[in-house]
Amino acid sequence: MTMVLINRRSLLAAAGGLVVTAASGLRVPARAKGLAPTPSMRGGANNYRPGAPVVERIGGGGFWMSGTVRRAGDGAPLPGQRIQIWAHTTEGSERDARSHGATLTDANGAFRLEMPQIVPAFGQPHGHLAYDSGQFETVFLRPVMPSAGDRALEAHFVLQPV
Amino acid sequence: MPSNQGRRFRAGLAWAVLALAMLVPVAAATLSPLLAWRGPIYILAGFAGVVAMSLLLVQPLLAAGVLPGLEGRRGRRLHRWVGGSIVTLVVLHVAALWVTSPPDVIDVLLFTSPTPFSVWGVTAMWALFLVAALALIRRKVWAWHVIHRGLAIVVVVGSVIHAVLIVGTMEPVTKAILCLMVVAATLAVTGLVRIRARRRPVR
Repeated sequence: MTMVLINRRSLLAAAGGLVVTAASGLRVPARAKGLAPTPSMRGGANNYRPGAPVVERIGGGGFWMSGTVRRAGDGAPLPGQRIQIWAHTTEGSERDARSHGATLTDANGAFRLEMPQIVPAFGQPHGHLAYDSGQFETVFLRPVMPSAGDRALEAHFVLQPV
Repeated sequence: MPSNQGRRFRAGLAWAVLALAMLVPVAAATLSPLLAWRGPIYILAGFAGVVAMSLLLVQPLLAAGVLPGLEGRRGRRLHRWVGGSIVTLVVLHVAALWVTSPPDVIDVLLFTSPTPFSVWGVTAMWALFLVAALALIRRKVWAWHVIHRGLAIVVVVGSVIHAVLIVGTMEPVTKAILCLMVVAATLAVTGLVRIRARRRPVR
């Protein structure tokens, strides 16, 4: 009996393996480029009021909005970045000025702002966040709370330098 | 018991069940805690939607003439009036939501909203407008009935998915029961009631 070392099946398998290797090889440089910037979310900019003031807390508080801000590429935390936050809460609608406020990221690029409880509006319990200070590309986020009873919500920014 | 009394009892029961099915979800929505944090126009927008949803239940029953006391022409006549009311309520629903938050409604109408339920709502709305426009033409041939029923199913399925996916003023259990009844009534009538209009002769 002769041993067939190269038949159609093994050839196809080898070719397939080669394609996979080549494709993953192509992907490696993309990974080396690092952290991709966060794209703006649909509807994120709705009812945005530019220039919300930096505040200790929005209204009476009781709900926490938190997150991080990092630089695209190397993922370095970005301190001192201004994040604007607004939502439909127990104290006002998204369009009310009193529902808007801003906070700055700390040395670790983290932010945390107390605000009134977010309540479902337009069908979903959600918040809005904006980075719009010019040094990086503008990003609008619209995170949705997994449950309307949640007392906190997170949103994370990866910003692309202009 | 096919007695007169029995018939009257069953008629009363049918109307009682229908009234409960239509009114309880609306009443439950008036107890929603969300109302405390909404302005009057936003509340109006919500209830226009809730009442329209509830009216969708009676629509196929009127068309089929199965409601005691509203058989035949009387049922169909009321079917048109209720249809017109649903169109009015949907216009009010969208207009009042627009006043409450214009950018959100613009996103919805342009199909760029982040909320999946809005696509179902807008689809149902356009199917409703189309069905109403065709009803005004009133060329009641066989094809008209087929198209009318097809669009009615789009309106109902779109509205039900729209309502179920929304976290809003409707109480979830009464909302689910109403939605199930609307779907069941629509499918039963569109699927079981024969179209009596004659088919056009094939050339």
